[in-house]
Parts: sequence; C-alpha cells; structure tokens
Amino acid sequence: MTDYIVPLILLLSSALVLRKKENSYDLMLQGAAEGLRLLASILPALIFLLTAVYMLRASGAMEILSSFFSPVFSVFGIPPQTAMLVMIRPISGSAALAVGAELMAEYGVDSLVGRTAAVMLGSTETTFYTISVYFGAAGIKKTRYTLPAALFSDFVGFFMASLTVRLLF
Amino acid sequence: MVMSWVWTGLVLISVVFSLFTGQGQALSASVVQGAQAGVALAVSLAGSICLWTGIGKLMEHAGITQWLAQLLRPLLHRIFPSTKQDPALAGDLSANICANFLGLGNAATPMGISAARRMKKDSTATDELCRLIVLNTASIQLIPANVAAVRSNLGCTAPFDILPAVWITSLCSAGLGLTAAWFLGKVWKND
Repeated sequence: MTDYIVPLILLLSSALVLRKKENSYDLMLQGAAEGLRLLASILPALIFLLTAVYMLRASGAMEILSSFFSPVFSVFGIPPQTAMLVMIRPISGSAALAVGAELMAEYGVDSLVGRTAAVMLGSTETTFYTISVYFGAAGIKKTRYTLPAALFSDFVGFFMASLTVRLLF
Repeated sequence: MVMSWVWTGLVLISVVFSLFTGQGQALSASVVQGAQAGVALAVSLAGSICLWTGIGKLMEHAGITQWLAQLLRPLLHRIFPSTKQDPALAGDLSANICANFLGLGNAATPMGISAARRMKKDSTATDELCRLIVLNTASIQLIPANVAAVRSNLGCTAPFDILPAVWITSLCSAGLGLTAAWFLGKVWKND
C-alpha cells in the first residue's frame, strides 16, 4: 500500500494544478530551482559537519560514547548506537542528517539501527533552532516551560521511533 | 554561535579520544574523507530536494493547503482558543502547520513567525506560544523526503516503507508534547 502513496501524490498535485488551467510544469521547475538554492545553502554545513562526524568515528569516541549511554538507552528500548544522533538532533538539522546517514551506511538501511535512525530523522525537528528563530523574531525573552515541553516531545519521538520500528518491521 | 561551540567541541573530543585509543593516523585520514562525504551526501540529496520543492510548489497552487486548513479548523480552535476571535492568526497557524505537513520548511517558518508575532503580548511566552513551538518541533510530515533520499542512495529498494512508522511517531510526539505543555502550563509559576 505504501508503494502508491508517493506516485499518487505526484499525480494528484499535477492534475489538480492542470485543472485550474495553470502551468504545472513551469511551477514545478520554479520549485526545483528553489530546491537547488536550498541545497547550495546547506552544502557548506554538510562538509564541515561530516568532517567532524568522521573524526569522531575514527577517534573511537563514537563507540565509547555509545557504550557509555547504552544502559540508559536500553531501558527505553532505544538502540544505543543512535546516541550521537539523539544528542545532536535538537541542535542542528544538517549535523543530524550527517550522523543519521552514517548510521544507515554503517549498519545497513534495512537494519534495526538504520531504520530507527531514519524514522528519528523523519519525525523530529531541530528544537533549539526552532525556538531561537521563532522567539527571536517575536521578541520573546522569557521562554518559561517551552524548552522542557519541546525536549519532552523530542524524547517521545526517539522512544516511539525505536518502538514502531521494532513492532512494524 | 551555538554551532561554533558544538563543532569545536566535536573536534576536541575526537582529538582527545584519539590520543587514548592511539588512532591518530585514522583521525588524520578521516578529515579528508569526511569533507568528501559531505559533498557526496549533498549531491545524493539534490534530486530528491529539488523534486519535492517542485511538487511542494504544485501542492501550494493546487489548493491542497487551503483544503487542509479547512480540515484543521476544529483542532486549531482547541489547541489555540484565541484563533476563534482572530481569523488572521488562524490563517497563519493553519498555513504554518500545512506547510510543515507538506514538507515545505521554507514556507512554514515565515508563517509561524507571523503567528508568533500576533500571539505575543509582552516578552514572556504565553501558553499558546509554547504550544506553537511544541507543534513545530514535533514535525508532523507527510513525506520525509530527505531521509527517503538517503535511504534510496544506500541501496534501499523500498525507501518509503518507513512512512507509517514516521507518522505514528510524530503524531505521538506532538500529542504527548502538547499534553506536557498543557500540564506544565498549569503548574509553572509565572516568574
């Protein structure tokens, strides 16, 4: 069933725009050009973050870190190999993507760790960044309980990602 | 500024640990490999990012956003009661949630900021502002395109098979996050 979700979204969005007699092909190309600009804007970050991730892995720090957090993570059923991803996800989106991609490459895309990393990436956001952008723009100084509530929501995301992958695959 | 500390910290940890594990040579080799991998990752994402920003543009013009906004209205009134009196705020909020849902992060942020500005009373976050942040950090997304692209590049034959898991997970984190915010709103002292 999931095989048809994406093709049908493509068909539906193009057909609906055509029905309004708008130039769907041109719109699509415009959107893709915006995507290219977006990509160019994250490329420098990806280069430096993957360098840092590779260094962490080569130095052996990543393994030591995972085994250090292993007892806490296993209580909640979260694979300890995702420790680095869990820690960096609320801070930087590009760094999380870099760490997640490495996890999928190392353990295999269809492995438990690889799938959990993918679901974690797909279902959480860059919490600190979001708070600083929104509250910075709105001029909010006292954030009250926003951070604990948002971090709790992230934790639920990490927990549920591990749980759903274990149950569904 | 935060990222400057994070990056320096990551490199510092690597250098210190490699001294203990004796992996100096591997560390030095990893620097160039990592930089190359950054470019490779960006290139591997290029097709997918452009495809989905293109389709996103179509969904905007097809009126899917407005249709979703209609569907969301009852839920919106519950989470943000002040939208009942303020149609402009309701518009901004539903546009923000829909853009997030369709994976249009670039379109979602300005709408969210505009909603946050309408909500604010003084420099203290209100309960509704906290809920807006929680909703935005829970990332309820229809198609996590970047992740699917990474998976497909690593040879996955069904990169979208994680969709149900992603949906369940983000609905739970949004729901429980909002519940936590509601609870904290009751007990938090207004200092």
